Amino acid sequence: MTKSRKRPLELWHLISIAITLLYLLFLIVPMFNILKESVYENGRFTLKYFIQFFSEPYYFNTILNSFKISIATTLFSLLVGVPLAYLYNLYRIHGRSVVQVLIILSSMSAPFVGAYAWILLLGRYGLITKFFAELGIALPSIYGFRGVVLVLTTRLYPLVFMYVSGALRNVDNSLLEASQNLGVSGVKRFFKVVVPLCTPSILAAALMVFMRAMADFGTPLLIGEGYRTFPVEIYKQYVGETSQNYNFAAAISVIAIVITAIVFLVQKVASEKFSFKMNALHSIERKKAKPVTSFFIHAYTYIVVAISMLPQVYLVYCSFRNTNAFGNFTKGLSLNSYKNAWKYVRTALPNTLIIGLSTMVIVVLMSILIAYMVVRRKNTMNNVLDTMSMIPYIIPGSVIGIALVLTFSKGWLVLTGTMAIMIIAMVIRRIPYTIRSSVAVLQQIPITTEEASISLGASKLKTFFKVTTPMMASGIVSGAILSWVSIITELSASIMLYSARTQTLTLSIYVLVSRGTDGAACAVSTILLLFTVISLALFMRVSKNKDIVM
Amino acid sequence: MSINIIIKNAVKRYGDVVIIPDLSLDIKKGEFFTLLGPSGCGKTTLLRMIAGFNTIEGGDFYFNETRINDLNPAKRNIGMVFQNYAVFPHMTVRGNVAFGLKNRKMSKEEIKKRTDEFLELMKIKEYENRLPERLSGGQQQRVALARALAVHPDVLLMDEPLSNLDAKLRVEMREVIKEIQNKIGITTVYVTHDQEEAMAISDRIAVMDKGVIQQIGTPKVLYHRPANLFVATFIGKTNVLDGKIYEENGEKGVMLENAKFPMKNLNDLAVDGLNVKLSIRPEEFVICEHGCGSLKGIVEDSVFLGLNTQYFVRLESGEKVQITRESSIEDTIEKNSEVEISVKTDKINVFSEDGQRALIG
Repeated sequence: MTKSRKRPLELWHLISIAITLLYLLFLIVPMFNILKESVYENGRFTLKYFIQFFSEPYYFNTILNSFKISIATTLFSLLVGVPLAYLYNLYRIHGRSVVQVLIILSSMSAPFVGAYAWILLLGRYGLITKFFAELGIALPSIYGFRGVVLVLTTRLYPLVFMYVSGALRNVDNSLLEASQNLGVSGVKRFFKVVVPLCTPSILAAALMVFMRAMADFGTPLLIGEGYRTFPVEIYKQYVGETSQNYNFAAAISVIAIVITAIVFLVQKVASEKFSFKMNALHSIERKKAKPVTSFFIHAYTYIVVAISMLPQVYLVYCSFRNTNAFGNFTKGLSLNSYKNAWKYVRTALPNTLIIGLSTMVIVVLMSILIAYMVVRRKNTMNNVLDTMSMIPYIIPGSVIGIALVLTFSKGWLVLTGTMAIMIIAMVIRRIPYTIRSSVAVLQQIPITTEEASISLGASKLKTFFKVTTPMMASGIVSGAILSWVSIITELSASIMLYSARTQTLTLSIYVLVSRGTDGAACAVSTILLLFTVISLALFMRVSKNKDIVM
Repeated sequence: MSINIIIKNAVKRYGDVVIIPDLSLDIKKGEFFTLLGPSGCGKTTLLRMIAGFNTIEGGDFYFNETRINDLNPAKRNIGMVFQNYAVFPHMTVRGNVAFGLKNRKMSKEEIKKRTDEFLELMKIKEYENRLPERLSGGQQQRVALARALAVHPDVLLMDEPLSNLDAKLRVEMREVIKEIQNKIGITTVYVTHDQEEAMAISDRIAVMDKGVIQQIGTPKVLYHRPANLFVATFIGKTNVLDGKIYEENGEKGVMLENAKFPMKNLNDLAVDGLNVKLSIRPEEFVICEHGCGSLKGIVEDSVFLGLNTQYFVRLESGEKVQITRESSIEDTIEKNSEVEISVKTDKINVFSEDGQRALIG
């Protein structure tokens, strides 16, 4: 008997070793440092920060608050998103493609920008507030819990919409007809047939919304006021309102990771219970509803879209309003805000482009390699790599920020204040998503195509570049564009890491908002929106409007 | 250019599961050789071991005198055609056919000439600039075949190449494959689970079950003289009945119910009183209305198929058999009529009770 296929060290082994080392250096070591920082002070082991956190309601409440916000946001997002997806996919709606683009677009803005716009509309001196005040009606306050949930819901329900729409596209029309044939139709059918069919996607979307709401940092910071959530608390401890306390920030981070990990595992178990495969031979035909029904369908859809687009539109409008020397709005229109914003944009725009593009290139390259190794070359090391690559999925951005600062502010590799550390943070935050989508793309490509290439005499490396990569291309490019959009609107990690030299557009907006320079903030937001719109248009072209999964 | 393939004591395991325990095979030069068997019998596994896409846990594989066990699949000079075509979706038809040639040291003119030759041979020249998504399944399979043959491989391996096509196209492509193979004379190993397809196309067939070769032979031998009950039932249609060997006055034969059928070709294993399984194909029964046969039965149903008529007959023992008879204008036998049946003893097959051994010859 011969033991065959015992090959010498291949190029692929070297690649997986190299990537594993990168993960160790930039993810595992920083995470370990966070853990260390949370229990070591001045070289001594201590649990005092954990004890402090759990014994003082002031701190402990931040976690409770985060939970309340995440649960409320998830619930409202499902309540808005699931019916919207249902109506959108089952009935004819005028301007459906515009509706879809707007829904996607409203999910792509930086959340705190939305919060800021809502303050301009419904805040103490907001447009709508003032309008109603003149009528003698006092609107409920937007600050605190309600505002955070409103802002997060308007931004996150599109995820539910997209996931459920994706599921509905795989529902065969005959399933709906069969249920009608068996006497179940209308609302009853929605709850008895459609919702159960979409349960796996609904669960996946719910997890996504929950995680994002939990980790979101900009929204509660701006609109939460006294309502403190833990990402805000981490930031406060880190920048030190009173005094900097890395140990305490690290302790809160560890608690946050444990919580998100638990949520992630619970969802995983739940979704495995509900998992099944669907494939539509004949996808659902969109029906024309009866006039009255049709009116309500349109009203619902348009109102949801209008509310979620309102902040964006209002920011664009504000950016053209006249401002005085302090940057406050006065009567009339002008381009003053753009002039004022220029001094920020001049450095922030190149920074955004450099950080965004380099991150995108690194993320795409690494995702292709990792996906290939995970799918096509299963071995222990690559399985470890697969698991490692999913870790950032459950780590809030602000925690990644702190972990990197702790690790790379001293020692042999000092990166703080550089562009490199920003890029590293973005890569870590984004890579789990891109790897997942690359893996999905690769799994759809039959392995025989690659075998055909090898049997025709092409080497494995040549097969990878000439056959595998081109076939993955369209899926990867569309994934990359989505990555790009989320990179340029990222705040929670970059706010911990940026310096004057590495300020991006999103950070500029944050700085301008916190200084109260409303006009310029609106102008930069508009520029960012423009970028997002262009990227989205590009995405639509490349992906031919297939499923968008973020 | 063509070669013979010798496989000695091949073993395939996935972990503790043995797919192929011990398999030896000798495929002749230029032969159209088919691996036939139900799904999960290990036929595709064996093919992929020859191709180099599956590891080999034991035994030796030779192309002529060269041992290929550890040879890189890219260096085996094999043409392979896959069930799902595996045509490169991002390349044109021409790009697909030329792909293998570009991996060899060939001049541009040579590549073009060779590509043209095979595009024309497979009658796909008119689609040369199309992307595969704009081709039908049959056309894609032509591209796959042209691509595999263009590199002048030593061996052509085909893994259920027709199973994704519709019935009519399947017959058409089967003839194309046979014709091309004849023309080029390349050693071909073909995998299928469709016995009719295997019979139509092959020089020799290896019938496999549970990783073991049950019989190797020409289509004719497999049909007429199957080595065991599995082959008898897998190839073509047959009725399996319980019988007994009898021996009286130096004459041997089989007893079916109370009818005795003397046979000349029983071997020494067939001893008096042995319980046996009889494999009688529908056309090996003869229905006669008056007194020729010793078996009796009642016609329960009949299906008119044009050339033939199928009769479903309940024997006296209660067993149901299928009988084929050439159709003629007047004589469709009415339902529920009683018939007498005889058997063509020179054609039927007799096996040991466990179905493992043939008692003929």
